[in-house]
Amino acid sequence: MGDNIVTGQYSETHRAAATPIVIVGHVDHGKSSLIGRLLYDTDSLQDGKLAQIVESSRKRGLAVEWSFLLDSLQIERDQGVTVDSTRIPFRLGSREFVIVDAPGHRQFLRNMITGAADAEAAVLVVDAKEGAQEQTRRHAMLLRLIGIRHVIVLLNKSDLLEFDEAKIVKVESDVRQLLGRLEIEVEAVVPASARDGDNIASRSERALWYKGPTLVEALANVPPPASRAALPFRMPVQDVYRFDGVRYVAGRIERGTVRAGDRLTIGAQGQVATVAEVCRWHAPELPVAGAGESIALRLEPDLVPDRGDLLFPADDKAAAPERSARIRTRLFWLRGEPLRVGESFTLRLATAEHDVTVASIDAVVDLEDLTLREGDSVPPDGFAEITLAASHAVLFDPFAPGFGDGRGVLVDRYQRIVGGAPLIGPAELADGEHAIHPTASRVSAARQVQTRGHKSGVFWLTGLPGSGKSTVARAAELALSEQAINATVLDGDTLRAGLCSDLGFSPEDRRENIRRAAHVAKILAESGQVVIVALVSPLEADRAQARQIVGENFHEVFVDTPLETCEKRDPKGLYAAARSGKIPEFTGVSAPYEAPVSPELRLAADRPEHDAVNTLTAFILRIVQP
Amino acid sequence: MTQTPILSRDQSTTSLAQPRIMDDLDQLEAQSIFILREAYRKLKPLSLLWSLGKDSNVMVWLARKAFMGRVPFPVMHVDTEKKFPEMYAFRDEYTKKWDLDLLLGYCPPVEEIDPSLPPAARSAARKTAGLAAMIEKHKLRGVIAGIRRDEQATRAKERVFSPRGAGHRWDVRNQPPEFWDQYATPYEDGMHIRVHPLLSWREIDIWRYIERENIPLVDLYFAKDGKRYRSLGDQDITNPIESNASTVAEVIAELETSRTSERAGRAMDHESEDVFERLRVAGYL
Repeated sequence: MGDNIVTGQYSETHRAAATPIVIVGHVDHGKSSLIGRLLYDTDSLQDGKLAQIVESSRKRGLAVEWSFLLDSLQIERDQGVTVDSTRIPFRLGSREFVIVDAPGHRQFLRNMITGAADAEAAVLVVDAKEGAQEQTRRHAMLLRLIGIRHVIVLLNKSDLLEFDEAKIVKVESDVRQLLGRLEIEVEAVVPASARDGDNIASRSERALWYKGPTLVEALANVPPPASRAALPFRMPVQDVYRFDGVRYVAGRIERGTVRAGDRLTIGAQGQVATVAEVCRWHAPELPVAGAGESIALRLEPDLVPDRGDLLFPADDKAAAPERSARIRTRLFWLRGEPLRVGESFTLRLATAEHDVTVASIDAVVDLEDLTLREGDSVPPDGFAEITLAASHAVLFDPFAPGFGDGRGVLVDRYQRIVGGAPLIGPAELADGEHAIHPTASRVSAARQVQTRGHKSGVFWLTGLPGSGKSTVARAAELALSEQAINATVLDGDTLRAGLCSDLGFSPEDRRENIRRAAHVAKILAESGQVVIVALVSPLEADRAQARQIVGENFHEVFVDTPLETCEKRDPKGLYAAARSGKIPEFTGVSAPYEAPVSPELRLAADRPEHDAVNTLTAFILRIVQP
Repeated sequence: MTQTPILSRDQSTTSLAQPRIMDDLDQLEAQSIFILREAYRKLKPLSLLWSLGKDSNVMVWLARKAFMGRVPFPVMHVDTEKKFPEMYAFRDEYTKKWDLDLLLGYCPPVEEIDPSLPPAARSAARKTAGLAAMIEKHKLRGVIAGIRRDEQATRAKERVFSPRGAGHRWDVRNQPPEFWDQYATPYEDGMHIRVHPLLSWREIDIWRYIERENIPLVDLYFAKDGKRYRSLGDQDITNPIESNASTVAEVIAELETSRTSERAGRAMDHESEDVFERLRVAGYL
C-alpha cells in the first residue's frame, strides 16, 4: 500500500461534530441527577450500567443515585460531590451531543472550567426554591468569560414550588435579571424536576401553563457553531520541521482560509513570504485549507518562523491583528493566593508565549451583585479586569464568544496555569467601553495614602517653548518637598536626553515622546508619587492621549505665556535658531500650538514667577492632600 | 442534450478553490494532530505507547499525519509476553513498514505485584510496572497513550496532558486546569506527562477513521466462528464477544446498535467497583 495515495473512503454525507453541552450550577442543585435522568429518558445508557448504579447505591444505603453515572471516583461517590468534570456522548435524533458534567463546588472551580471551556452551550441548573446562589453567579460569570453563547436555565426541583406559575415566574425573572447583567442571552428557562422527569424529555403534566420548550427541545434548538472560514486568515506557528530537506511550518488555522500563492506576514517582525504549498499527509490534495485544520505550509522564500509567530494576510492592512504591548483583559483567577499588581507571568496566547507584568488591576467583580468595583487584588477564584504589560508588542485578536482565539492563559514560573484571560483589546483603547473603569493608579493611591500621607497625581504642564514650564515645575517640586510630599519632575529635555533620545521633532516623534512620558508618569503615580510633567505637548489630540493613558489622575495645567514673552526670554536661543530656519517645525514659529480650551489650572504670565509657583503648589496640595 | 455554456465552465475553473467542510472525523483528527505536535515540541524525550491494538494504531497513524508521514520519536511496546501471537507478528511487520523506532520493554512476573489486587487486575498491573521501568530507563518526560474518555468512567476524568508525579502516581483529586488547548507542562524531578491525543474519540469514531484511512489491524478484531475481540489485552484476561462482524464496515454496523460497553470483555473491570481507579492512580493507563 502506497502511503501517499488515499485509498480510504471519505464519506459523501457530512457528519457534524458532536455539540458539547456543559451542565453547571450551584452544588446540590441537581446537576448530576439531571444528567442521569436525561440519559435514562433518552435511552442512552449502556446495558449493565443501570444495574451497576443500583448496586453501588445499595452498598451505600441509598435509593437509586443517578449521579453515580458520572461521579465515578470513589471520593465522589462516598462524599456525594462531583470533583472533576466528565463527558458522555448522547444523541438526540440524528444529532450528537457530548454532555459535560462540571463540579459545582467552589473548591473544584478549575475542574469546572476545564469541562466547560469548549462547550457550545450550557445548561445552568438552579434550584427553583433556593434561586441563584453564590456558585450560580460564579458559574454564570464564567460562562460569560469563557464565551459560551447559548445558555439554557433549568429551574430544577420545581415540584417543591408545586409548579406554581406565580412563584416560578418570580424565580425566572430574578435569574433573567442576573444573566442580563452579564449580557448573557438566555435561550429558555425551563421549570423542571430532574428527579421526576418533568419537562426533561417529556412535557410536565403539572405545569400545563408552561408553553416553552422541554430541556430536550431546547438542546435540539442550539445552533451549530459559527463558521470562522470567512474571517481574515490567522495561523499561529506551532512548530517548524525539517524533514528530508524540506522545511514545514506547522500549525492549526484559527480563522479564515489559506491558499497556495497567498502572501503572508510572519509575526511581529513583519517578514513577508508566499505560500508555496499547503501540505498534508495521506489526505485529498487541495491547494487550500480552512479554519480548524492542522496543516503544514511551505514558504517561499524558505523563512524559519518562531513558534508563536502569527501568520496573517500581508496585503490587507484592515485584515491585520491588533498590535500592542499593553493589553486590557478580563481574568478569571485560579491560584490559591490573591493576584497583585506587579506580578509577572507568561501569557500563553495560542502557541505564543509572552513575558507580561500585571500593570494594573482595573476592576474586580463583586460576586454579590456582579458589579465591577475598585480593588487592589484579585481573590482566589475571583474575576477582574486587568492590564498586562508585555516587554514587546503582542499581535492578537480581541476575544469574541464562539471563537477560539484572543484568549490566553497566565502561567507561573512552575509552568502551572493560574488564570484565564480573554483579551479585550489594546489597553489605551479599552477605556470607555465599560460602565466603571477605575485605574490602577487610583487603586494604588488609596493604599499609598496611608503610608505616604498623601495621594498621587499627574500634573501635566503644557505651554510654548520658553514659557517657564520647567522652572515653575522645579520650584513647585521644592515647595512640595517642604511639605513632606515627594514629587518627580519629567521635563522635555530630561526625557529627550535619555528615555526618548531616539526621537526627533516630527509630529509622529512628538506624539511618541508624549506617549512615553504619559506612561512613565502613570507608573510613578501608581507607586504613589506626585508627578509634574513639563512638556510643550502642543497638540490637543496628543494631550488627550496622555490623559487617556494616565486616567482620572491626569490634571492639565496651561502655562499661558504669550509667544512674544517666550521669544523675548528665549533662554536656550531656540527661537532665534528657529527664525533663522535652523530648527524646522518649531512650535510657535513653524509648527502650531493648540492652547488648551479648558485646563484645570491656568498659570498666567502677567504675574511674577513666584506667584505661578505658589498657585501651582497650592493646586497640587489641594488635590493630593487627603 | 443540454450543453454547458463555455462561460460558466470558465468561471468554475478560475474561481478559488474552497476548503473542505470539516466533518466530525476531520475535527477529531485535526485536534489529535495539534496535541501530538504540542507533545513533540514540549516534551523531550518523548515516546508513544504502541500496544498493537486498534487505538494505538490509529495514534501511530495520526502521528504520521502530524509529521508528514513519519514518527519522529520512538514508539514503545511494553510486552507482557502473554499477548496473542497475531499481535507479535503485526508488530514486527509494521515496525518495518512504518519505519518505526521501536523500544521494547518487559513486565515483571505477577509475583512482584501488589497481592491485595484482585487476580485479573494484579495481572494487568504488571504492565504498570513494566511501563514505569521503561520511563526510568529512557528518562521519558512524555508518554503518549491512546486512552479514550468513553472507555471507562475514571478515564473520562482525564486531562489531555496528565502530569504524573514521583512514583508515576495520578493525583486524581488535584488535576491541573486545562482549557483552550493550553496544556500545562509542570516539571519536577521524577515527573512525566501522559499525553492523551485520543481522549475525545469514541469507539465508533476510531472504527470509522480506520475505515476512512484504511489503517491496518490485527485480524483478531474480526469475527471467526461467531466470535471476535472487541478490545485486546493479555490472552488470559481478555474474552471475545459473540459477533459475526468480519469487516471494518460490519464492525461499524454492529457498534451502531450495540448497547454493551467496550471493556465488557476485560475481566479486571468487573472484579470490584474501585479496581480501575486504584490501578490508574498507581500509573495504569
